[in-house]
Amino acid sequence: MTTTETERATAPATYVGKPVDRVDGRAKVTGEARFAAEHHYPDLAHAALVHAAVARARITAIDTAAARAVPGVIDVLTHENAPAMKPPPKFSPLDLSTFVSATSVNYLATDEVHWNGQPVAVVVAETPEAARHAATLVRPVYQELPAVLDFAAEEPNAVPQKGNLLQESEADKGDAEAALKTAPVTVDLRFTTPPYHHNALEPHATTAVWDGDRLTVHEGTQNIAWLRKHLATRFGVPERGVRVLAPYVGGGFGGKAMVWAGTLLAVLAARAVGRPVRLALSRAAVYHTVGGRTPSTQRVALGADADGRLTAIVHTSVSRTGRIGGMPEPVTAATRHLYAAPNIHLRQHVVELDLLANTAMRAPGEAIGTFAIESAMDELAWELGLDPVELRLRNEPERNPVDGKRFSRRLLREAYALGAERFGWRDRDPRAGATRDGRWLVGMGVATAYHPTLMLPANVSVRLGADGRVVVRCGLQEMGMGAATVQAQIAADELGVPLESVRVEYGDSSLPDAPGAGGSVQTASIAGGVVAACDKLKRMVRRLGRGAPGTYAEILARAGRDHVTAEVKANMPVFMIRTLLERRRLVKAACGVHFCEVRVDRDTGEIRVSRWLGVFDVGRIVNAKTAASQLRGGIVMGLGMALSEETLVDPRTGRIMNPSLADYHVPVHADVPHIDVHYLDEPDPTMPLGLVGIGEVSIAGVAAAVANAVRHATGVRVLDLPITLDKVLPG
Amino acid sequence: MKPFAYLKPADVDEAVLAVAADPGARFLGGGTNLVDLMREGIERPATVVDLTALPLDEVHDLPGGGLRVGALVRNSALAADRRVAARYPMLAQAILAGASAQLRNMATVGGNLLQRTRCPYFYDRESACNKREPGAGCDAIGGFNRSHAVLGGSGSCIATHPSDMCVALAALDAVVEVRSVRGVRRIPIAEFHLPPGDTPHVETALAADELITAVELPPVPVAVRSRYRKVRDRASYAFALVSVAAALEVRDGVVTDVRLALGGVATTPWRAREAERLLLGGPANEEAYRRAAEAELAPAAVRPGNAFKTGLVRATVAATLRDLDLGEEIG
Amino acid sequence: MRVNGAEEKLDVEPWVSLADLLRDRLGLTGVKKGCDQGACGACTVLADGTRINSCLALAVQYDGKEITTIEGVAPHPLQEAFVRHDGLQCGYCTPGQICSAIGMLAEHAASGADPAALDEAEIRERMSGNLCRCGAYNGIVDAIKDVTR
Repeated sequence: MTTTETERATAPATYVGKPVDRVDGRAKVTGEARFAAEHHYPDLAHAALVHAAVARARITAIDTAAARAVPGVIDVLTHENAPAMKPPPKFSPLDLSTFVSATSVNYLATDEVHWNGQPVAVVVAETPEAARHAATLVRPVYQELPAVLDFAAEEPNAVPQKGNLLQESEADKGDAEAALKTAPVTVDLRFTTPPYHHNALEPHATTAVWDGDRLTVHEGTQNIAWLRKHLATRFGVPERGVRVLAPYVGGGFGGKAMVWAGTLLAVLAARAVGRPVRLALSRAAVYHTVGGRTPSTQRVALGADADGRLTAIVHTSVSRTGRIGGMPEPVTAATRHLYAAPNIHLRQHVVELDLLANTAMRAPGEAIGTFAIESAMDELAWELGLDPVELRLRNEPERNPVDGKRFSRRLLREAYALGAERFGWRDRDPRAGATRDGRWLVGMGVATAYHPTLMLPANVSVRLGADGRVVVRCGLQEMGMGAATVQAQIAADELGVPLESVRVEYGDSSLPDAPGAGGSVQTASIAGGVVAACDKLKRMVRRLGRGAPGTYAEILARAGRDHVTAEVKANMPVFMIRTLLERRRLVKAACGVHFCEVRVDRDTGEIRVSRWLGVFDVGRIVNAKTAASQLRGGIVMGLGMALSEETLVDPRTGRIMNPSLADYHVPVHADVPHIDVHYLDEPDPTMPLGLVGIGEVSIAGVAAAVANAVRHATGVRVLDLPITLDKVLPG
Repeated sequence: MKPFAYLKPADVDEAVLAVAADPGARFLGGGTNLVDLMREGIERPATVVDLTALPLDEVHDLPGGGLRVGALVRNSALAADRRVAARYPMLAQAILAGASAQLRNMATVGGNLLQRTRCPYFYDRESACNKREPGAGCDAIGGFNRSHAVLGGSGSCIATHPSDMCVALAALDAVVEVRSVRGVRRIPIAEFHLPPGDTPHVETALAADELITAVELPPVPVAVRSRYRKVRDRASYAFALVSVAAALEVRDGVVTDVRLALGGVATTPWRAREAERLLLGGPANEEAYRRAAEAELAPAAVRPGNAFKTGLVRATVAATLRDLDLGEEIG
Repeated sequence: MRVNGAEEKLDVEPWVSLADLLRDRLGLTGVKKGCDQGACGACTVLADGTRINSCLALAVQYDGKEITTIEGVAPHPLQEAFVRHDGLQCGYCTPGQICSAIGMLAEHAASGADPAALDEAEIRERMSGNLCRCGAYNGIVDAIKDVTR
């Protein structure tokens, strides 16, 4: 190929947009892919955690004799003998890596118990079996302290929620309560959502290896660079000596974004026993040490005139954090952007309980917030006798409803039109309970999906070899999104080389730093870096070639070069300022619409989702195959959230009572119908290559679409998730 | 799990002797329940006597049309047996409604009879449970009890018997054959599982040293038209909220034979004898079905978490009998 | 025990599960552990061709059996079909899904039924013992359907 062909120009993309097979597919279907607990070291020891069985206490004694007597046990670490870690850093906006402290607890440093399930000891043994068995023999004695554990009971004591630098959630425009009072048509509903857990199939695991002050950690993390910095801080060693390896991450969904106890205690144990240590958490230990999604209660009140134009929107929420930390979800954030109305009131409150810190779970805020607002819109449509699609179209805003900012791109009208047509929405009988198929009551539901688009800067290097091979190096995280695949496609197009000649190196903190995989930022952020690095590389090659034509190989050969490497580095302060300035005038987001059909057994109330169609306005699609999978994945997780998932926290003890995949019901094959996914493929003019993150948007709106379909099928409006059969069981 | 000694006897006598000699010994079948409970520290046997080498894995015809099922027949093999599918469809359906294919490939018939409850407080060693630790109290009664029993419970335990297969066995009047050093005993299924009363840790009529060798299914002509309907919190791979094993014969609109048993709602596989009594000789219609279920539920004691089950039992019983009468497929 | 066609003479404590034996002692880490209690299917392997959850199997119980893990099935058309239909995302449940699907197809064949008669609903029910939290279920079902044609 010639240099002119390498110009990124009007030529159509060769790979971007195509349904390319994922580059790591082969390793995953053959079992070659090794996850964090699957790296062997000579002399490897195994650790297991001992968890507190009370919510708040001081440990007055801890008997480890029986555990130590188990053959193969090397050591039992407790607050009485564990080496000290530095305390977790407090969050500072000047150092975003401080964000990864999941809790404020310094494990095994004091006799304090802050939640039921907190690790109070670590057993290290020659075999995992010995460690696990010995852990059951450690007996702490507690002096119990009063604890506040019941979310429902504490709700009246909620306090205003602190704001979030990157995402505004509240709003006051006009006088919404007054407008409600005079509105001809209103709905005023109270919703609840339960706690949820991520349940990535790979339980959290850490393999930690010290060599003097140098540390290597195999960890399924969504945040390689920040984890490295956090470990360096906590263990008081130079950051450059810490290496985090995460080439494969067995699912994250937010649960592996922060640094939780298991990671720290594995590293601590390895240091204490002077051997490599693996700590593979049991499924129950994941529940007890890694936070989940906050429960919420929400009120949505809507006022409309007789033809369905909104005059007032009120959306308020109460969620919870742990007293020892947690992330308040921006529950009402999406409502800032969904519908035009002259009067809008959005407020968030939070209660602090003596429970494990909650954390981000796929689309924090939007996932549960859209359940309330999109259910309420549906109910308003019933009140008005209006098609719920039509109601949404009538209130589709031209500009951001709360402040008049421009949308960078917004194609919800088009999404609704396409979805309604493809789904056969207009053919339905709009009456509740009117459609039957044998024993099934059939209903259709619709809801809007929304998730804000963020970006962070990424460091990327691109190496072009004289043999024509390209290596993209970036410490990005791959946990199933197809991250390496899409960046290879982008680099291949940018450089005009075959996809097969591009290799992406990732999942290693020794590579240039990438932002974490969270907030749907990764693909676009790294694409920005890859494009910039490829541009730089092409300029370097052009300079080498001095304008003479030739292939990359010819130019490099003539210049006597084995390879050329271009590297781009992020300037964080400049980036943040530019981002904040842009946010003053622009709103950007991924959005979409869900259409679904549910069947409700007329006798038993069993609910089955029988059809699903989503249309997404998510910018330009890089890989039609992996994008569809990711969008489907969000919908499947949304189905669980809608119908079957719920973490049971016993309000008497603060103990999670279903910490298992047998009792926490994630969707199985039989729960999931074929999911039809469409995208509008309209590039976002303000984003690199027009890309918009798609990891989270599709879970938003799912629960509402299901609830709305159940309402259509049965006439019953379910306000409390999950929508289990008892809530629709005919009397 | 706690270390243990392991024996793998080659014949039944050897197995029975091994346990007779060692009060801390437990029989191990497919392991799908016992290994899990051992890992959780709930079962802590000193010796595990692995039964999987015993020649108890065949299904034989009995004179008169019954079947004798070896205790080590895997659940999947029993469900796939054509005689079972033809004579006792409810049994094949019950087995296939349970667990997952992998677990059914491992689990044995004998082990399924001895399956222990899935009560979360039983499974959590830090919670109070009279079944796990007699006299400790019951955290389920005032706690999460959506999955718990409304029938057969006591003030000390409301844990549900989790088996699907046993519900069909209850409807079919199966007989459990057991062996010990004292000889052979035959226990009717109705007497095999014990209600908790004040001793919820005593779950069956089996003595500690008795080995289940077979389950015998008597001929039950009405079972040719039978169904197992399971209602649960997801479409598959979940324990029952309510299940119904039913067989029905209707002539000229009158119920001439009926079998009915309930799962998911009782501390033992629950034969609905009162409902059967009311149905027999009465009209085969929706109202009669619901009235019969209602009568069966007369002694029900509900809690906030499981109060919905009485309505669900009525609905599921009525739907299952209606489908049987109309010959409708459950799909 | 024969593992993936090779004779393995092993001395293990009776409390070691088959999953741990395969993963930790034989390095067959294609066997995954998602729950260690028979609730997710990630540890599915074939024992004499039958799919089982290796986490609930004591290794000693499988003395003399032929164990096949994902490392021993290759090359299998399902592997390629999983990639082509994107029946995976993070990849952690994938080996278990593939082993389970192989066992499922064998069970179906043993019943004498025509593999092409396996419709989507039946595949879903028969595969429900294998959880996928990434939600790749559609691709998995498509991949299985593909190899039955």
